[in-house]
This record gives sequence, structure tokens and C-alpha cells, in this order.
Amino acid sequence: MLKVNDINVYYGAIHAIKGVSFEVNDGEIVTLIGANGAGKSTILNTVSGLLRSKTGSIEFLDKPLGTVPAHKIVERGIAHVPEGRRVFLQMTVEENLEMGAYTRPNAGVAAHLERVYEQFPRLKERRRQIAGTLSGGEQQMLAMGRGLMSDPKLLMLDEPSMGLAPILVEQIFEIIASLHKAGTTILLVEQNARMALSVADRAYVLETGKIAISGTGKELAASDEIRKAYLGG
Amino acid sequence: MKNLKKATKVDFATYLGVTVSFVIMYILQTGGHLSSSIAGQLVPICCFIVMAVSLNLVVGISGELSLGHAGFMSVGAFGGIIAAQSLAGAVPFAPLRLTIAIVVGALCAVIIGFVVGVPVLRLRGDYLAIVTLAFGQIIKDLINCLLVGYDSHGLHIMFNISGLKSINDLHLEETGKAIIKGAQGAVGITKISSFPAGFILVMLALVIVLNLIRSRSGRAIMAIRDNRIAAESVGLNITKYKLMAFVLSAAMAGAAGALYGLNYGSLVASRFDFNTSILVLVYVVLGGLGNIWGSIIATVVLYMLPEALRQFSNYRMLVYAIVLILVMLATNNDQLKALLRRIIPTRKEADAQ
Repeated sequence: MLKVNDINVYYGAIHAIKGVSFEVNDGEIVTLIGANGAGKSTILNTVSGLLRSKTGSIEFLDKPLGTVPAHKIVERGIAHVPEGRRVFLQMTVEENLEMGAYTRPNAGVAAHLERVYEQFPRLKERRRQIAGTLSGGEQQMLAMGRGLMSDPKLLMLDEPSMGLAPILVEQIFEIIASLHKAGTTILLVEQNARMALSVADRAYVLETGKIAISGTGKELAASDEIRKAYLGG
Repeated sequence: MKNLKKATKVDFATYLGVTVSFVIMYILQTGGHLSSSIAGQLVPICCFIVMAVSLNLVVGISGELSLGHAGFMSVGAFGGIIAAQSLAGAVPFAPLRLTIAIVVGALCAVIIGFVVGVPVLRLRGDYLAIVTLAFGQIIKDLINCLLVGYDSHGLHIMFNISGLKSINDLHLEETGKAIIKGAQGAVGITKISSFPAGFILVMLALVIVLNLIRSRSGRAIMAIRDNRIAAESVGLNITKYKLMAFVLSAAMAGAAGALYGLNYGSLVASRFDFNTSILVLVYVVLGGLGNIWGSIIATVVLYMLPEALRQFSNYRMLVYAIVLILVMLATNNDQLKALLRRIIPTRKEADAQ
């Protein structure tokens, strides 16, 4: 579904992504894990068009994304849930979700809203509440729900567990697993390697802008190297 | 009225308030009950209401700081004056000529708005403030170089960059008229602005801005203000919506400028300097960012205030500043806010009920 081939991304003089290639197949959860500054978010931002790669190609459903502007990429079927729960703080929960469907025709939105509420019953309870008054976990759910409102073929989640209490992290990952069961293809970026590997079909480990190791989620979770470096022995 | 949304009710109250105030003032004016100083302020107040409402679109709704709003007013004023003066023979009916002048003024401001907005709105941060600040100064100097006259051959426009030329270098015919005489500004303007025209322009600006805010595009503009990255991630074209707000605001400022310019016999470019931009910004900030009816009230009160303070003579601006500070303190006072909320429920509480 998504084929990333040899991309190189720079922040000014800093060479942040050094020739990364990976792919996401239909129906999979693929995770990119790695330490701070390894380039995980940079890769997501490049796929969603916020940053540009100097070389290589990104193909989505066999069509190149190279020069497509960010707002058109959403229309192609990629939803990006950015890092740090970026919700529209002054809008209500429901208005936030409606914003997620901005690129779609109005016709299917109401039905789709109900589907998102089924996945996130908590959001339905708070539909009229101003998003800025939600807790961190609820804001993360809202950001994910907003991503789903564009009815994406590929959902990209950037560190959904960041700054959440362990019990909320578990909840978020349960939701990710249930979205996967419902057929959504997911590209997940995480620092919480243990949780990410437990839900992922395949995983790539990033180290300073390069892919160091790749394999299935189970393989990597069992590998000694990964256990020592990322899972705390 | 009960099934109407709260926002719609506020909009209707705004229209109603403006209309009622207009009718009262108009009756007083035609009846000759207004002092000449107040009657003379009616049209400028309408112009500045349009200025404040349009600036609120950029600063309050779109969340970008613009410090050169008077520049667009200036472009609109001189564009409108040129149109009205040169069409004096062709279109003798004054209200029609005024309408044409206002449209021309708005179009001139739109063009300049694009020129300023297209490069700057792609950037993040304070660049718009810096560039609009410079723009306000540049436009003033450019208009000071402008020589425009009109005769049977049509418009003569000359750019007096060297500073050595004068209106005589246009070589107008005997019957020709000078319209803009460089640093002396526009002279011999036929005053065709009227209070009803000002009212119509205010209503037009309100209809445009209030409907925009409640529309799909307005929601997008506010989403970009709230969180740029989230807005980008849901597929909004950031530059397009920012430009839409900015250019629309420039157009309304241009229209207000044309009305303002045609209210006086002569007009110099330095009337629209940095102070004027800041004055409008003060109206917007004191009225409340994003609050349209607040802008209207703040404009009326703060425009009248210096006149009302004439008795303080030399201390006038000092008292003006103190009043501004007191208003700011009062509107930030929690107890006063709570009292106001009891009278006018806010959106959150209205939704909770």
C-alpha cells in the first residue's frame, strides 16, 4: 500500500533521514521504533507532505506522492495523527471530529461520526465539551478519532502513548488493536517499544536516521539485541 | 427564536443594534438635532467600524498580527478618489459614483493585499506583522510621489520619484483637473460620502464577516489559528485560507478608505500612518479578539472619546490613555466577567444547558 524507497531528509545542514526504505502492506500494523531523535516523526512528516525528501520516492497505492502538497495527501487517503495530541482546543469534541472530515463530502459524515463514537464511547459522552478541557488520554482519543473521520486507507499515529499514564497507554493500544481488527492499515511510531511490538505485524528499528533492524513484531520482541537496547533487558 | 443557535442570535442582535442606532442617528441628523461636531463624525465612525471589523477578521479570527491596516485604507481612499473625481462628468448621479469609487477602492486594496499576502502568509511567526508594518510606511511614501490629473484625454498619472516634478508636468488641458498633487495629497474632492452609505457599508461588512465565520471556510480559518499542525493534518490548505481572510480584510479596508476619502475636501497620505493602524488595532483588541460586536462598540466609544475629552485640552490624550488602561483592567477583572456572564451567557454555558 505504502512504499517508501530510499528517502533522504534534511533539516538545513542536518541529515536527519539517511536512505530509509520500508513498506506497509494492506491491513497491516507496521511500527517504527527507536530512541529520541532517531527520525521517526520526520519519516511520518515526510510521508504526509509536511517535509520533503531530496531523493528517492514515496508511493501510495502505486501512485507517487513526491510533490503532492500536504492538504492533497489527506484526500488520497492518508490520515496523520501528529505527535502531542494536537486538537483544536477551543472547539467542542464534535466540532473537532467534524474538522477531520473536512476533505470529504458532507453526505457520509454523520454516519461516520457514529462509527467513530462506537470506537471511542468516551468521546460520545463528551461530544459537547470544549476539547481543551479534556484529559490527556481523551485528547489523544480525540486526535485519533479525528484522523479516522477522513476515512483513511492508511492511519499514521505519531507517539499515541506519549505522556499518558500506563493504564491509558493500555487503553490506547487496545483501541489500536481493535482498529486493526476492523481492517484499518496503521503505521505506528512509538518510543514505547514493548507495547508497539506487541500489536505490530512488522517493525522497523531506527537508529540515527537509518533502519538498523527489521522483522515481524514477534521476532523483534524476542531478539536479544532489541531486548537489551529498547525493552530494558 | 428558541431553536436558533446562540451564535445566530448574537449575529441578529448585532445587525439589529447597528440598524436601530443608524435609524436614531439618521432621524436626529436630518432633524438637525445633532451638533456639527457629532454629525461630522458619523461617516468616519462608519469607516472605522468597517476597518475594525475587517481587521478583526485577520487578527481575531485568523490569528495573524497585521500592523498596516491603514495602508489598505489609504490605497482604497486614493483609488476611490481617482475613480470618483475622474467619473464626475460621466456619472453625474452621486450615489452611483460613490458605489463605483468604493468598488474601485476595494479592488485596489485586493490587488495590494495579494501582493503582500502571497509571499508573507507562507511563512510562520511574526513575519506578517513586520511586513505589514513596512507596507504601511511604504504605501504612504509612494502616494506622496503620485501625481494624478484628469482631462478630456483621460487620466494622467505620473510618478514623481525624483521629487522635482509638480502637477504642471502632467500638462493638463485648461479644463483638466488635478486629482492628487503629490505630497499635498488629493485636492478639490467633491464630497459624496453620506451617512446612509456608511451604514450600508457597515452592514455589508458585517454580513460578509459574520457569514464567513459561520461557514465552512471560517471554521477552517479558526482551526488554523487554534492549531496549525492539526489543521494541516486534517487536510486544510493553510495558505489558501489565510490568504482568503487577509485579502477579504484588505478589500473591506479599501472600501472603507474610499468612503472616508470622499467625505473630505482634501486628503493627505499621512492621514493613514502607523498611528491609524494602531488605533484600529486598539479598537479590535479592546472590543475583544474575534468578537465582532465588541469591535463595533469599541470603535464608536473610542472614536468619540477624544472629542468628548476636548474640555481637558492639553491633557486630552493623557486622559484617553488612562481610560484605555482602565477599560483593559476592568474587562480582565474576574468578578466583573462573572457579572457579565450572568447577563450574557457564553457559548460554553449555553451549550451545557
